[in-house]
Amino acid sequence: MAKTARRKQMEAVALYPLDWVEERSGLVGYTKWFLFRKVPHDISWAQTLGAAALTAFLSQAITGVVLAMYYKPDPNAAYGSVVNITEELTLGWLVRGMHKWGASVFIILLFFHMARTFLFGAYKYPRELNWVIGVLLLVSGMLEGFTGYLLPWDQTAYWATAVGINLNATAPFLGPFLAQFLQGGLYIGPDTLAKFYALHMLLIPGAIFALIGLHLYLVVRLGVTSPPWSATAAGRERVDGGGREGLIRDPAVQEEPS
Amino acid sequence: MAPGLSDGQDTHQVPTPSLWPIGFAIGIACVLVGLVVSVPVLVVGALIALVFGFLWVRDLFTTHPVAAAAPGIDEKSRAATVADLGDPVDRATFLSLSTIGVGALIGAGITLPPLGFAVLPSFDGEGIATRDVNLGPITSFPEGKYVIATFLENPDQGEVSRRTAFIRNNGRTDDGVPSFTTLYSRCVHLGCPVQPNGPIDEDAKTDVNGIELRPVLAASFGCPCHGGLYDSEGNRTAGPPVRSLDRFEFSIVNGDLVLGRVFSVANVQGTGASARIAKYYKAFPGVHVDGVERFLYPIPTPGSRG
Repeated sequence: MAKTARRKQMEAVALYPLDWVEERSGLVGYTKWFLFRKVPHDISWAQTLGAAALTAFLSQAITGVVLAMYYKPDPNAAYGSVVNITEELTLGWLVRGMHKWGASVFIILLFFHMARTFLFGAYKYPRELNWVIGVLLLVSGMLEGFTGYLLPWDQTAYWATAVGINLNATAPFLGPFLAQFLQGGLYIGPDTLAKFYALHMLLIPGAIFALIGLHLYLVVRLGVTSPPWSATAAGRERVDGGGREGLIRDPAVQEEPS
Repeated sequence: MAPGLSDGQDTHQVPTPSLWPIGFAIGIACVLVGLVVSVPVLVVGALIALVFGFLWVRDLFTTHPVAAAAPGIDEKSRAATVADLGDPVDRATFLSLSTIGVGALIGAGITLPPLGFAVLPSFDGEGIATRDVNLGPITSFPEGKYVIATFLENPDQGEVSRRTAFIRNNGRTDDGVPSFTTLYSRCVHLGCPVQPNGPIDEDAKTDVNGIELRPVLAASFGCPCHGGLYDSEGNRTAGPPVRSLDRFEFSIVNGDLVLGRVFSVANVQGTGASARIAKYYKAFPGVHVDGVERFLYPIPTPGSRG
């Protein structure tokens, strides 16, 4: 059906703001580059685990920001503020529950995502660097788990963190210094709680956001891997040198299939 | 043969020795002395080192006329190099290098203080100072029996500073000095709270000034977390702990038992008043203080000296 003139006019009006933004920033083009990508035709739900982990992380970030409005990182007030969030404040039980259970969901999805990447061989050339970044993300995620576990400030939190800090101390040479840094004082106390809170809500999430940015950039640049059983994608030619214009050495010569 | 040798100028191959490294070394020496002696000396030393370091680096980047006549460079280009001597680094290179340098300086100025502030307070100052705790008259500790003493080390901090000690009055040593066994309740595997294996006499419990004393019939101690077991002297008898239970230093002030800082114990030989205690600086749980494994932890943790 041919578009009527009226319809064309409506579309132009609707899209005008996008054109305005694009002309001044190029952001629409970048968004298209990021979202509207070609992917192999034989991918499946297995390739969505990374996006699921990203969603879980964003959920943690949003619920965490709101929980920080009501949480008090002080030894005499922390447990009370958590009880207050859970039992008194409207919707507090829901948001804290999302954060608490979402933490486990995030870690589980990370492991599923990593298993998919490993079993599909998606860590191989040229995606090794993205595997490395992924491992850093896993470590950061587990650090979030370690630092967040102390914050409810109940008996479980206190003694689990005591064991965790002392485990660090058993590492040779620098272990005791790492443990002393984490603990702050002679014992787990106000310094430990405030430090873990700062690490949990500022430093580590910042690092995770930055690493996710790199991770996604590489995903977009290198494309989604075909499954190992894919017949169509194997041996596909690189286009335009595959975006390797910055190489110092000569690009490797494409091997002839024997 | 290299051109530089062919024209008989081999004696000039080596650049004239520079004095800048000597000035730089003097500056660094001043910095080191200043670190120990005083801040002004440190600042002056740093300035000297900076100035001479800059001159030295500039000297290194300057093309020496003869040294530039390296093998494979013909007379023509050599002459050009000599002509360039007045301006060894071109403007664009100088500007980009100095931009990078100034950026690095600013970056260091911004990041180093917060980094130091994030790390260093954990290792010195008020935060790692122990406080002495007065447990009351020594007569409240029956001879030969363990008493569970719980107390707040720092009442301002509240419950988080609650400590537990297992204390046994051993009477007097052969020299006539009062003897106490003062075990610290934290397991030396990974720091869980060790429990006495025996009935607690709750009826005889006393609570004076926040110091809670409960007699207990215990000849051994066990940890609920991972099953560490200790005998009545705190020596490990089973499970994962790597040394004997830590102890408090104690003193007797006006007839009161006063607990001081905690120290670590490799092992205890003998019992009660005649026990020989292998004493070390307080170490984190799980850290070896004796045996070959102690070489894995060569530096005592800051704060362990109390």
